[in-house]
Order: sequence, then C-alpha cells, then structure tokens
Amino acid sequence: MSDVLTFRFDVDGENFTSAGQASVQIKKNLRQLGLPPEIIRRVSIAMYEGEINMVIHAGGGNAEVRVAEDFIEIELVDHGPGIADIEQAMQAGFSTAPDNIRSLGFGAGMGLPNMKRYTDSMDIQSKVGDGTRIVMRVDLTA
Amino acid sequence: MTVRELVDSGAVKAAALPDGDREIEGVYIGDLLSWVMGRAGSGDAWITIMSNVNIAAVATLADTACIILAEGVQPDDGVTEIAREKNINLLLSDRSAYDTAVWLHERL
Ligand SMILES: Nc1ncnc2c1ncn2[C@@H]1O[C@H](COP(=O)(O)OP(=O)(O)OP(=O)(O)O)[C@@H](O)[C@H]1O
Ligand SMILES: [Mg+2]
Repeated sequence: MSDVLTFRFDVDGENFTSAGQASVQIKKNLRQLGLPPEIIRRVSIAMYEGEINMVIHAGGGNAEVRVAEDFIEIELVDHGPGIADIEQAMQAGFSTAPDNIRSLGFGAGMGLPNMKRYTDSMDIQSKVGDGTRIVMRVDLTA
Repeated sequence: MTVRELVDSGAVKAAALPDGDREIEGVYIGDLLSWVMGRAGSGDAWITIMSNVNIAAVATLADTACIILAEGVQPDDGVTEIAREKNINLLLSDRSAYDTAVWLHERL
C-alpha cells in the first residue's frame, strides 16, 4: 500500500464572517506538494463549499483531506441538524440560509452543486438530528 | 494587462496591491459567493459590490487576479488589511459594474 498524507482541521461553527480558513490552508499545503494548479483549485473550492456549509448549517465540524497517489479525498463530518431531502438540497438554487447569512453573499443554493461539479465522486450520508458526512474525491490520474 | 497596469491607468484605485504583476485574463461579475466560486475563472478580475471579509477567501480559492469593488463601494473595516496580508489585490472603482467590465473588455 502506498503512503497517504492526511491533513485534519477543526471547523469552528461560530465565525461565519471569516470562515474558509481550512480551505485556504489546504490550498497552501497542496501547493507545497507541487500538485497541478487545476487540481488544487478543484479541491480547495469543493472543500470551501463544504466547510462553509458546516459553519452556516451545522454549527461547525471536522474536515480531513487525504492525499494518496491516485486521488485526493475530502471528508467532512458534522453533528448538525442533518439534511432531510438530499436530492432537493443538491438542486441548484435550493437554500435554507437565513437572511443575515444571505446578506454576506451566501445562500445561492450553489454550494453542493459546485462540490459535485468540481470533484470526480461525491457521497452524502445524512440523518436528521444526527449529522452529515460528505466524502468527495478528485482523481490524480491524467 | 497586469493588475498594476490597470491601477496605473487611473481607472481604478488600489486599496491593496500586494501582487501587482498578476496578469488579468478575463472578467467575472457577481455578488453571490458560490456563483463566483463555480463560475469565475482563474486569472479573472472579479467585479462585485460584496464588501465583507468573505470575499478574501473566495478570491484566494477561485484564484482571481483581483477583486474590484464597483459602484464606489468601500471595503468593510479590516478587509483591506486582510487583503494585503493574504496577497489579494483589492481595487476600487467609482464606475458601475457594467462600465468597469466594458472598460476592461476594451483593453484586455
Ligand atoms: N452540512 C449541512 N448540514 C445541514 N444542512 C446542510 C448542510 N449542507 C447543506 N445543507 C442544506 O442544503 C442546502 C443547500 O446547500 P448549498 O451549499 O447548495 O446552498 P447554500 O449553502 O444554502 O448556499 P450557497 O452554498 O450557495 O451559499 C442548504 O441551504 C441547507 O439547507
Ligand atoms: Mg453552501
């Protein structure tokens, strides 16, 4: 088995005025590893959308990014309210973001669609009252 | 055109210009952050009226060449300092988003 490099982050649920720090950090880490810019961009955008969702909708959570030889995997776990209807949540434009969050520029209902678009695979497990776990993968094979 | 050349033209003012040599390759206009994340291209000048600190992370992750706050909008307190720290070019335009984009289009 080849080595997997793992980065872990606690995502603070209090601070939605300056959220996104874990994603900015991951971008730096991936750059240091010398990965292609387009891969870095896809991973960090997908991670940002997931990170912001945990802050806005779930009161924070944990993020783990695993860099393997053939892929980069992003795992986001929170213990927020969960998503009742995942299919509906995945639709472009669907959002339950409150007004104070919308006034900051969030709430277009494009975060989950972006995550899907920028990754090669995406799996969402969610249980109402329990939380949400999202695993995304970006392939590194050309 | 580089971001510094844009500033030197006098069309916009620089609030923060830590990476002036960055080349502007296109333009994206938008205020909803996840639209910008999904649609702005790497190297775009991002024109917006959104002035809170979250624009810094979006510009970094979408890898835009600069943020241009249009319509005379001023950045919220502390955003200029964060831009400088995070190596993000933050520019100010008194023109509308449309006029700023047209101006850029004629020169790119
Ligand atoms: N981690 C989560 N926990 C609970 N609900 C979530 C979570 N992530 C997303 N949701 C739900 O799915 C909806 C759609 O999410 P999506 O990221 O697409 O849009 P948004 O966050 O509302 O707005 P945007 O991402 O465009 O700023 C959210 O409004 C919310 O109801
Ligand atoms: Mg979202």
